[in-house]
Amino acid sequence: MNALSRRRFLKISAASVVAAGVAGRMAGALNSAATREAKGVRQVPTFCDICFWKCGAIASVRDGQLWKIEGNPADPLCRGRLCPRGTGGIGAHTDPDRLRAPLIRTHERGEEKWQEVTWDEALEYIAGRMKRIAAEHGPESMAAFAHGIGGTFLKHTLKAYGAVNFAAPSFAQCRGPRDVGFKLTFGDDVGSPERTDIENTDCLVLLGSHLGENMHNTQVQEFATAVGRGASLIVVDPRFSVAASKAKFYLPIKPGTDLALLLAWMHVIVTEKLYDADYVAKYGFGFEQFAASLAGYTPEWAFVETGIEPDTIRATAREMARHRPATLVHPGRHVNWNGDDAQRSRAIALLNALLGSWGRKGGFYQPSSMDIPAYPYPRYPKAARPTLDNPGRKYPFAHEAISTGIREATISGKPYPIKGWLVYATNLLNALPNQEETIRAIKQLDLLVVVDVIPSEIAGWADVVLPESVYLERFDDLNPEYFKQPFLALRQPVVESPHDQKPNWWIAKKLAEKLGLGAFYPWKDIEEYLEHRVTAAGLSYAELKQKGIIRGQPQPLYFEDGAPAEFDTPSKKIEFYSLQLEKAGFDPVPRYTPPAAGPAGSFRLLFGRAPMHSFSRTQSNRLLTDLMDENAVWLNHTAATRLGLKSGDYVRLRNQDGVVSNRVKVKATERIRPDCVYLVHGFGHTARSLRHAYGKGASDAQLVTRYRTDPLMGGTGMNVNFVTLEPEA
Amino acid sequence: MARYIMVIDTRRCVGCMDCVVACKTENNIPEGYTRDWITETVRGKFPTTSLEIRTERCNHCANPPCVSCCPTGASHVHERGGVVLVNKEECIGCKACLAACPYDARYIHPDGYADKCTFCIHRVEKGQLPACVSVCPTRCMHFGDADDPSSEVSQLLASRPQHTLLPEAGTKPRIYYLT
Amino acid sequence: MIEFTNHRHNPLVDPAVHVWGWEIPVYLFLGGLVAGLMIIAGVRLLIMRPNARQALVCCTIGPLAGLVLLSLGMLALFLDLSHKFHVWRLYLAFEPTSPMSWGAWILLFVYPALLANALAHLPEAIPALAKRVPVLVTISDYILSRPRLVLGTGLANITIGVALGLYTGILLGTMGARPLWNSAVLGPLFLFSGLSTAAALLHGILVLTARDDELPEFADFLLSMVARWSGARPLDTRIAPTLAQADNSFLTIELGLLGLLLIGHLTSTAVHQEAAGLLLNGPYAAVFWVFVIGLGILIPLFLQHLELLHRIRHTIAPSLLVLCGGLVLRFVLVAAGQASHWSAALP
Repeated sequence: MNALSRRRFLKISAASVVAAGVAGRMAGALNSAATREAKGVRQVPTFCDICFWKCGAIASVRDGQLWKIEGNPADPLCRGRLCPRGTGGIGAHTDPDRLRAPLIRTHERGEEKWQEVTWDEALEYIAGRMKRIAAEHGPESMAAFAHGIGGTFLKHTLKAYGAVNFAAPSFAQCRGPRDVGFKLTFGDDVGSPERTDIENTDCLVLLGSHLGENMHNTQVQEFATAVGRGASLIVVDPRFSVAASKAKFYLPIKPGTDLALLLAWMHVIVTEKLYDADYVAKYGFGFEQFAASLAGYTPEWAFVETGIEPDTIRATAREMARHRPATLVHPGRHVNWNGDDAQRSRAIALLNALLGSWGRKGGFYQPSSMDIPAYPYPRYPKAARPTLDNPGRKYPFAHEAISTGIREATISGKPYPIKGWLVYATNLLNALPNQEETIRAIKQLDLLVVVDVIPSEIAGWADVVLPESVYLERFDDLNPEYFKQPFLALRQPVVESPHDQKPNWWIAKKLAEKLGLGAFYPWKDIEEYLEHRVTAAGLSYAELKQKGIIRGQPQPLYFEDGAPAEFDTPSKKIEFYSLQLEKAGFDPVPRYTPPAAGPAGSFRLLFGRAPMHSFSRTQSNRLLTDLMDENAVWLNHTAATRLGLKSGDYVRLRNQDGVVSNRVKVKATERIRPDCVYLVHGFGHTARSLRHAYGKGASDAQLVTRYRTDPLMGGTGMNVNFVTLEPEA
Repeated sequence: MARYIMVIDTRRCVGCMDCVVACKTENNIPEGYTRDWITETVRGKFPTTSLEIRTERCNHCANPPCVSCCPTGASHVHERGGVVLVNKEECIGCKACLAACPYDARYIHPDGYADKCTFCIHRVEKGQLPACVSVCPTRCMHFGDADDPSSEVSQLLASRPQHTLLPEAGTKPRIYYLT
Repeated sequence: MIEFTNHRHNPLVDPAVHVWGWEIPVYLFLGGLVAGLMIIAGVRLLIMRPNARQALVCCTIGPLAGLVLLSLGMLALFLDLSHKFHVWRLYLAFEPTSPMSWGAWILLFVYPALLANALAHLPEAIPALAKRVPVLVTISDYILSRPRLVLGTGLANITIGVALGLYTGILLGTMGARPLWNSAVLGPLFLFSGLSTAAALLHGILVLTARDDELPEFADFLLSMVARWSGARPLDTRIAPTLAQADNSFLTIELGLLGLLLIGHLTSTAVHQEAAGLLLNGPYAAVFWVFVIGLGILIPLFLQHLELLHRIRHTIAPSLLVLCGGLVLRFVLVAAGQASHWSAALP
């Protein structure tokens, strides 16, 4: 299903773009950009690629060297200020451990022994293998995992080739459950960037979400605005996060029991009649049945499950209700925790529905985007076989491809074999749970191609590694952002690639030509493609190149402003009670099951983010490692003392299946519950070519050997692993 | 007569270290060195804890011990704004200023001279803000003239509780933390 | 309970300030030693009796040794600089608030003062050299024939010696950021420590070079000084080197000053108490009590006392102990001082 079709595109004519108000704002942005130009300094607008937020950036080049990167003031996402990773993006360009030339492996997969080859040799090799796969098994046996905007051209080539299995880990391993939970309730997903109106909220509820350490720029900026405005903050987290330190109410919840708390909150709000009755009556379906099902979820019951005092549960529920509809229960982002995550996310959606925040100021707004026509390509070939990530719709409510489903099919060969993987910009060994299964799948392949910027762990297992230019060195597809303020952004090169790296569009085009699919690339170079699309939208390519961003006409954000109150659900209303869930054999209203306990004496392994790192892709960026070079295992101070540990000691983590991590520093702190430990994700690299990052800190991904699959949508809940700590011998 | 100060809202600061990396790129600070940094102070026992996050740097003190101890005058107070600067040509690298600073704000640059935060005076004199202030995504940092009662920093100091670092050391620091 | 995390990691500064290594303690020791030599030589020059040969040790060998030792000290200082090629900038400026600037200029004047003092009696002290280099005799005669010049040289040596001995202590003492050093006592402490090491050095040279039948007659002047301070008993004209007596007086004063330093800190703020604790019962306690107090002051004090009571022979032991003690004192103070900090008070 086309992921874009569920969005409501609002057609914006070229004339409306140059509306007076917009022009005024544009002039301001232009002037400020002009004043910042100094002698001998060249400034180029582009957008960042360290994470997936795509903040507009302006890079400064002085004397031929990249000097600094600042936010583009015209960009509605970053409003002129980048996050530390964006500011440190220069480190991606200067990284001494970057991939430099195409590589073909000379020994067994995973041994990281390579031969440098020319692009022609590498692409010839890939095309040859792909043709063989198509001949022996059919083009559907070639799958692609791609994450980020740079994957579009590679996917285009593969679609032209006849591939049908495409996935990004972001669905089944990250935000998928919350999008499904919200879709089941409101008929639409949460989106990225999230459609959360944090800057206008009067009461923000975060469950596990650690904004401030999770550095999605706009979210953190708006979070700070809300804090500065004195908005009431309720944070639910087993760890006293930075966000928790700013909270009016901090609830140190037992991990895995958040659904119990949500149900109790809803119980209080319904029984005390604190919900937005008009909103519920106008937009809701199945409220009575929903309300009835909440009967047993009293705060006293929830206290036993969660450890949160009943009075606190009541007080926070009332606090939320007091500020409605400008109360935002944040849906989170990485929500693959326990295996019941879609239902938990649905509970969050239901709580927001009770408070009437969907479509209201301070809650959830209606995003919009500019309509930029696609490039007119020939039709893709018709697929002989269907996608196999979710055979028989085993996970009936998955509306995006399930990456772990493709992996499973690769291992089993059912319903048909997958013989080739193209992996773009995603370190699958760290992204997918249970590394051993990923390796097992890789061993089934005839071809593993990895396109990356650094020699990541997945690149270490590839047959062919293709070095991509970093974002500062390349053009990419256009970004017509779907956001509060619609805009179009351009990525363009600021400096040249230092070695033999190439941009993804060039790789995709050349590969297509080698596969005899040149017809699918009618444009000669990327600017021809970009200019065609921009002009077709009625905009000026020259203006876009100069400013980096062209803003569209803002659209109504809230129901009260005229945003359509439409819900793409079976009942066309907000589904408090879901018949489609019932029909599929699932709970129509979320039901709580306690999490399974771990072995005695062990700690539940939790993981999260640090603001200066992105996934496992920044640990060789020298500017960013200067801020944080290794992670530490957070351990409650009392628990640490009992184990004879103190901050600075080095330990290894051993999980329930005997997997032992790399040595990692202990952080003995009062900021975490005694029954769990916490690691920042992305460290503990095992790829030897990542010389600077190798062996620093521990890898949580390595320790996630067990996961619980969400029956609704195939998401892999990963917070189900337990570790013990062993002092480093 | 201008007197430059910084006012930092610790309520909004999340300790993301954007200020650290912006300073690094703006001022070409070598790897392994930093002119500004984040500190975290945790009090209490779980779950009743509090956390103050601060972004710290040279305080450009009004009574700077690093200036009075310098034998060559390399460490000096700028003619405008009271900013404490180091003339690297005059610095002999004796490190007295490093020992004299109670905030340990200075370091010896690999090229041999003493170095530290300059309040980005090269930007300020062009009408821009210091790099750290202009990058901060939570907009918790403010820079301005304390001698101007209508400036943002003056108004913030007049309206919010605040503290400086080690006031008892007698250095009269110019960075104020709003709590 | 406070958990404090600082994410700064600057070399030489984190986790603890350590900007001065061995170079500075070595210079402080040599500087103090030379200051003591200058003062003793200066006094001796002023009260010199024409026939007192042993006085030459103080007057000539002392300053000559001083010239060499001070040059070694300044070499150590130069090695410590991290911006060495800019060292000449020290002599383009005079910063009145900077004890180091004072020191740079004082050191400049130390050389001519030492040289003049040494040249005054050089031919008497080292006749062989005077025979080879006749101009030395000319210079010596020139100086000695002008009483005003002799007076000036003597006073200059004393004044500059006192300045040299004091300023390093003042330099450290005015660093408010390092609580262990921050005391007005540090200046006098370094001065008297310097005097005690100088007296020990000269005493040691005498013990090594003395012929058994020679009387160290120069002992008189030191006796008269000590007599003034301590109201001592009548002169012992035997080979009781009053140098040892003087050394004991200096050591006693030094001990007293160390005591005052610590008392001052222990009765001051929390960070000062913590700083004193570094020496008294902290990481530097063993070195401080054993090497500085025990072996560096108390034992030589006791040994020299016994020597003066003629219970034991004069040996080189007390001299070596005092010299080592003085060196270790500088090392401990420089290291512990950098470890002491106000950050302990950061909330």
